[in-house]
Amino acid sequence: MIPDNPAVSIDLNLIRRNFPVLQTQVHGKPLVYLDNGATTQKPRAVIDKLNELLESKNSSIHRGVHFLSEQMTGEYEYAREIVRNFINARNTNEIVFSSGATGSINAVAFSFGEKYIKEGDEIIVSEMEHHSNIVPWQMLCARKKAKLRVIPFDENGVLLQNEYKLLFNEKTRLVAVTHVSNSLGSINPVKEMIRFAHDHHVPVLIDGAQAVQHSRVDVQDLDCDFYVFSGHKVFGPTGIGVLYGKEAMLDTLPPYQGGGDMVDCVKFEKTTYNQLPFKFEAGTMNYTAAIGLGTAIEYINSIGFGAIMQHEKNLFAYTQSRLKEIEGLEIYGNAKEKISIFSFLIQDIHPFDIGMILDKMGIAVRTGTHCTQPVMDHFQISGTIRASMAFYNSFEDTDRLVEGLKNAVNMLK
Amino acid sequence: MALTKIQDQIIEEFSAFEDWMDRYNYLIELGHDLPAIDPKFKTDEYLINGCQSKVWLHADFENGKMHFTADSDAIIVKGIVALLIRVMNQQEASEIMNADLYFIDKIGLKENLSPTRSNGLVSMVKKMKMYSLAYYAKHKA
Repeated sequence: MIPDNPAVSIDLNLIRRNFPVLQTQVHGKPLVYLDNGATTQKPRAVIDKLNELLESKNSSIHRGVHFLSEQMTGEYEYAREIVRNFINARNTNEIVFSSGATGSINAVAFSFGEKYIKEGDEIIVSEMEHHSNIVPWQMLCARKKAKLRVIPFDENGVLLQNEYKLLFNEKTRLVAVTHVSNSLGSINPVKEMIRFAHDHHVPVLIDGAQAVQHSRVDVQDLDCDFYVFSGHKVFGPTGIGVLYGKEAMLDTLPPYQGGGDMVDCVKFEKTTYNQLPFKFEAGTMNYTAAIGLGTAIEYINSIGFGAIMQHEKNLFAYTQSRLKEIEGLEIYGNAKEKISIFSFLIQDIHPFDIGMILDKMGIAVRTGTHCTQPVMDHFQISGTIRASMAFYNSFEDTDRLVEGLKNAVNMLK
Repeated sequence: MALTKIQDQIIEEFSAFEDWMDRYNYLIELGHDLPAIDPKFKTDEYLINGCQSKVWLHADFENGKMHFTADSDAIIVKGIVALLIRVMNQQEASEIMNADLYFIDKIGLKENLSPTRSNGLVSMVKKMKMYSLAYYAKHKA
């Protein structure tokens, strides 16, 4: 583990220069990128790494005897070690590369489902899950005639812990819950929730897609059985994700997909499977993206979560107070423990209109349901405007957003 | 007036605008001025769900010409809806079926009629053409 020193402050100008996209203009205005919940921008180091791999190192991994293949395999496995260190897994057998957080959840829904779910069993999710942590479980429930149970949240976007505990019974087989809500920003008390589930001998999957880019995650400290996240939301390339699973758990699960690299020996009578983590990595993996993810994590480590968290905390407080200047603005998701995601509506104005006007001012936000329709249903709204921030966002970005919103309100009211 | 002539008129109007805010302000104005749809047609049956914004569309056929009324919950979208209605209203069904809506591109709103925008406008144009086809077929029969 890398110690996170909060005393180290962030050099924002330097950091912003590391991200080429942040230097660009949109509709003739300097870009203000506030759609980090959807995807994050890539630092120069990651872009250079991908170029280097494609220009001079490309070769399929785990296959050839030749120099390039061995070199690429080495880089790929080194990336796995970087990821292991990043979330403090015990060893690299616990780190499986996937296509993304969605891919990871689908893999668990299939493999864990095959092994452990039968008719009448129950899986617990929460009302604030991304569709990616709902639909794979619904599909599993349909396959196995199992049942989905849902933890509700309160008006601030805080999961109701009493309700959570009441959902447990002798049929509960798994809890799948998000670490941080992508539409409300709430940081859930997952460590306590995991402990409670384990007291009932129920394993837990944590969706960390919105967590790993904002704070240090330690899977051993959390004691989760599965932890998933996407590379592109943590400043790495698209098309790569991580599935962490406790080795003892992963060992018991059947493979998700069949094909190359996941096999030990293939005969028509019987095929035996490769060991962890390769058992879950069928076909040619997106090795360039995996290595790019490793570079992204090294970049984050070079800044340090102490500095990142301190800056994001300041940014959160500043943005929260400035948004209050706008008359009729209501923020959805007011948990005490929150990251810098602001989901909001302005009275009598459609979010899509605001989004369209902000776009022309060079400000990128997301409008709509953010792949969390149940959250919108909870508040009986059709969608929100979402400004989601990353550590490279500045106070000036907030100022531009507030100025843009004021202009939009003037036009639309 | 011919469908193409109305389009050319709109292109002419928009050419006066210097920047995006002017264009959007005009669309907002058009949205506000769009004659209201009969509330009885503002139901799910007439809803074109665009995921991001909603559009309601009703079509009628009078004296051989199509007559549309519509609404949207987003005002800029409603402004574009107003433009589409201005072009398509009181046209022969066969004209609408084969209409090439080049004005959208010319006034810089092309992105709003791309399927990825999910604002209901692409579906609205399709629906307008479908209604026209239906009335055309019925009328012929």
